[in-house]
Amino acid sequence: MKTVFARPESMKSTPMHYCSGCGHGIVHRLIAEVIDELGIRERTVCVAPVGCAVTAYNYFNFDVCEAPHGRTPCVATGIKRVHPGNLVFSYQGDGDLAAIGTAEIIHSANRGELITAIFVNNGTYGMTGGQMAPTTLLKQKTATTHMGRDAKLAGYPIKISEMLAVTPGSAYIVRGSVHSPKNILKAKRYIRTAFQTQLDGLGFSLVEVLSSCPVNWRITPTQSNRYIDEVVTKEYPLGIIKDVSKPADAT
Amino acid sequence: MVTATEKKLLMKGNEAVGEGAMIAGCRHYFGYPITPQNELTAYMSRRMMDVGGTFIQSESELAAINMVLGAAAAGARAMTSSSSPGISLMQEGISYMAGQQLPAVIVNVARGGPGLGSIGPAQSDYFQAVRSGGHGDYHCLVLAPSTVQEMMDFTILAFDLADRYRNPALVLTDGLLGQMMEPVVLRQPDQRKPIDKPWALTGCKGRGPREIKSLYLDLDLHEAFNQCLQEKYARITQAERRCEHFMTDGAKVLLVAYGIAARICKAAVVTARSNGQAVGLFRPITLFPYPTPELQQAARGIQAVLVVEMSCGQMVEDVRLALGSTVPVSFYGRSGGNVVVTEDVLAQVQELL
Repeated sequence: MKTVFARPESMKSTPMHYCSGCGHGIVHRLIAEVIDELGIRERTVCVAPVGCAVTAYNYFNFDVCEAPHGRTPCVATGIKRVHPGNLVFSYQGDGDLAAIGTAEIIHSANRGELITAIFVNNGTYGMTGGQMAPTTLLKQKTATTHMGRDAKLAGYPIKISEMLAVTPGSAYIVRGSVHSPKNILKAKRYIRTAFQTQLDGLGFSLVEVLSSCPVNWRITPTQSNRYIDEVVTKEYPLGIIKDVSKPADAT
Repeated sequence: MVTATEKKLLMKGNEAVGEGAMIAGCRHYFGYPITPQNELTAYMSRRMMDVGGTFIQSESELAAINMVLGAAAAGARAMTSSSSPGISLMQEGISYMAGQQLPAVIVNVARGGPGLGSIGPAQSDYFQAVRSGGHGDYHCLVLAPSTVQEMMDFTILAFDLADRYRNPALVLTDGLLGQMMEPVVLRQPDQRKPIDKPWALTGCKGRGPREIKSLYLDLDLHEAFNQCLQEKYARITQAERRCEHFMTDGAKVLLVAYGIAARICKAAVVTARSNGQAVGLFRPITLFPYPTPELQQAARGIQAVLVVEMSCGQMVEDVRLALGSTVPVSFYGRSGGNVVVTEDVLAQVQELL
């Protein structure tokens, strides 16, 4: 009998703690599948964030390092400089990458650091109970924006991927999503290209993944996927933002 | 004793630290400019280029310490240096490294505080260094050089101790020692095999995956882990206390000082002795672990203890904890980046004799 679907070797056989409808499990699996396909599990090191994915080492079947909140790309930088032949990626949420770790991600990208950031954007702080993130949409209600995010009080949703694409140090910046099977497959291709960009030594790479947080959004998982499709992608358009391996007009 | 194979150089304290790190096999340095340790960052940028090592001028001290964390997790000898305000920013990463049991060397070429303070030399970061500057129950190993030679030697020792105990090690010095020039005997690199790091993140080839973390969501597991740390600190306290006795034989007044203040006190002791006054100096070399039993021993039969610091009085608390009411302990200090001078120390001693 032919096996057509199995747990990737890069994933441990451990039940995940993520809430139902959460995108983290899908993103974890996509990463694991890509690492298996590239045959690099034994030379991969992940740097886990502070936030919902803090215990990523429970799920990934390769080396994982914890980092202080937002310093994830710095820890990845330190590891990569010691083991330049390894694939080193940071796994970060929007609080980690777009709020407390803004300086760290910008300067890692600007140095052209040969690391990859997997940036899971669900527009909220999941673990601490659904507070406003820098990526929270205008009018979106959260635990700290009860009347909805008001730009006058709390600024605007930050497009950090577009900001990172401006620096010559970044080689591949892309935004995908995991709200539908089609987008999940596309996100996997993005992750693969980002890792390949690192392995080829082209520069810093980042995959932003729009992901849902039904518990804190206070809607069902199905409604969450629809919300990403109809609302979130209008603020955060999907697709390749920068790819130095392709001429500008082709992207 | 300088042998024929040893090379003597005139070096600044900051450069001696840097060369000490190179001799210790450090090939990963991450730092951010701050006065009065800038020569060290500049020195490392040049030396790392010479040897094909890693030098990154980071965007902040936060970034620098976390690059050190990553390099240490990957198994390398890694280092950063800064001065007081920058060391405050690094406390987050130092706390994580203590919890993750990662060895690394952090050099504080201290200046006056609090806040932006001054760029003059100071010893007012003692509490931050020897208690736990960041959050949580932990300690760093803390070494306090008082000569440019010791700036080199203690940096090398700090790497060895950090690796031996899987613990961050601090070299606590100050702007005066950092800027001072003295002849230094270049040490020979240790030819011994580097210590095994069976926990380092290298990629899981031929083994199971490893994780480096400080998170324990189970409260009892967390407490058990903290107890392990405490047992480690007890082992360190047992095995690694270092101190110097200077002209303490027959002393009636015992000066207690570390680092540059100890150096100044030595001159005061020599002058006092030449005047027939029974004065000696006890110098803690390790500030954590503190040489408490040695100090207690040195203070036996002493009439009065005078603690001299370039602070408003920090180490004096550890001296009082060690000696209790067995002997009167007084304090003399300067702060704000001002330097203690020999004449003032002698004047204080006169009042005690």
